[in-house]
Amino acid sequence: MSEKKSQNFGFETRMIHAGAQPDPITGARQTPIHQNTSYVFHDTDHAASLFNLQTFGFIYSRLSNPTVAVLEERLANLENGRGGTCCASGHAAQLLAFFPLMEPGDSFIASNRLYGGSITQFGKTFRKFDWRVRFVDVDNLQAVRDALTADCKAIFVESLANPGGVISDLEALSVIAREAGIPLIVDNTMATPYLCRPIEWGADIVVHSTTKFLSGNGTSMGGCVIDSGHFDWGQNDKFAGLATPEPAYHGLNFYENFGDMAFTTHAHAVGLRDLGSTMAPMNAFQTLLGCETLALRMERHCENARKVAEFLESHPDVAWVSSAALPSSPYHDLARKYMPKGAGSVFTFGVKGGYDAGIKVVENCELFSHLANIGDAKSLILHPSSTTHRQLTEEQQLAAGAGPDVIRVSIGLETLEDIIADLDQAIATART
Amino acid sequence: MPQTSDHDSYSDAFLRRVLNSTRSIAVVGASPKWNRPSYFVMKYLLEKGYQIIPVNPGAAGGEILGQKVYASLHDIPHSFDMVDIFRNSEVAGAVTDEAIALKQEREIKTIWMQLSVRNDPAAARAEATGLQVIMNRCPKIEFGRLNNELSWGGINSRVITARRRRVRIG
Repeated sequence: MSEKKSQNFGFETRMIHAGAQPDPITGARQTPIHQNTSYVFHDTDHAASLFNLQTFGFIYSRLSNPTVAVLEERLANLENGRGGTCCASGHAAQLLAFFPLMEPGDSFIASNRLYGGSITQFGKTFRKFDWRVRFVDVDNLQAVRDALTADCKAIFVESLANPGGVISDLEALSVIAREAGIPLIVDNTMATPYLCRPIEWGADIVVHSTTKFLSGNGTSMGGCVIDSGHFDWGQNDKFAGLATPEPAYHGLNFYENFGDMAFTTHAHAVGLRDLGSTMAPMNAFQTLLGCETLALRMERHCENARKVAEFLESHPDVAWVSSAALPSSPYHDLARKYMPKGAGSVFTFGVKGGYDAGIKVVENCELFSHLANIGDAKSLILHPSSTTHRQLTEEQQLAAGAGPDVIRVSIGLETLEDIIADLDQAIATART
Repeated sequence: MPQTSDHDSYSDAFLRRVLNSTRSIAVVGASPKWNRPSYFVMKYLLEKGYQIIPVNPGAAGGEILGQKVYASLHDIPHSFDMVDIFRNSEVAGAVTDEAIALKQEREIKTIWMQLSVRNDPAAARAEATGLQVIMNRCPKIEFGRLNNELSWGGINSRVITARRRRVRIG
């Protein structure tokens, strides 16, 4: 009698079951919300074993929590990774991803088309730790190679960039990272593991803002770092925190003791312990509920978004549309390769009349919510250059696809005709 | 007891059967240092109720985790179910041959080689005598994975089940 391994189960089965089992004590079928800070030790020896990481178990919810752990395993499973570490937000996930890799004075390469908040976090706040970022146009693979230096510890890109319908060539970038002996880190928030699984294209670490499509209803902040388990942290002397005795954990060598679980163990035992950016159990629960319907929602998000993009592209008052779902996009071929089930539901467009007309479109929508989020069941609209990308220079805004005339939409799950009608009336009002 | 000759993947049922039928484990290459992988594994398996017999010629006569250390498998004066090998793949061959020679007398049932330790010719010799062989795995990780403890650390156990696990009291 052979047991079926979970890698043989389909995505939809795993989005509902991975990481969760009926509670062995009560039989509860839905994952309980463990609204709890601390866990009772059997005796002092058990406590010491837990603190030494010699046994598995819970100590304190800043490090790990049973409800959060279910979400961690589910996301790691969906991304085909070895382990996951959840945290308070997508920004916390980015800090947590770099934390085991970087020392003061180290650098990393990042795409110059990242979400504006990431550009500010990397360029301004990380600078205070003396972590140095070099922003590069990652479409230019030679420019990425040229930016590599001895102190470079990682390459960071978005699979599908926010906001502009830009797709990174993950397979080619992973070759560059592998040759340099450094991990490729991919923000997969906009695609979700339903549309794209970066680890299958050679990425080593995946980060998410779970606030977006994974939770899906705009209820719960959260982030997650997923490690592939494939990266050899001992191949060079770049990753002392993982592959040499770790002074922040009384000399424990994480890679020697935990092998392919080293990154995830370090991210909990040192990262969350000392950065403190824990995910709340209630938020993990809400996000688990979101995961259970991820495939269904993403299919409809993508279908609605593609049809709205087609409507806008044929609209006489629309100047341009930037969506990788459209054959006119320079990223259409990459979209078909890396996300054949759809190019997400967030894209940008500009109306004739530029900045002033764009502002009026945003302000005249009735059904679209004017707010700074993406990946909600509700359709959302925003003017990035005055909001999410406001901290950037004009040059950075243009590079990021967030120039003054750019409108960002996150297409929701409402009736398609109602979504289109709302944009149509807003554009008509703006142009009169 | 059915054997497996595919050493690239072991079924969960096979690993469960081995771990559930084992009571005593001789750990070859047992380190007395608290931060070494073998120490982690011994401490964990002791807590789970297994009898642990450390084997290390450099520490023979002393104790590790309160357990008497022997210089070799041959020196252990009683039966044991499993040999867990924390030595490199080449040395694992010689340890396996020692276990094969002692199999009848000590009632040995399983040879287990740790992560990154694999010796296929030695495994074939052992399986020919009826020993079960598991290579390139860790009994702590497999025990934790199959009992849902690995999942507590956010690790992808790849276990999918809607069955309610029975909790043993005691």
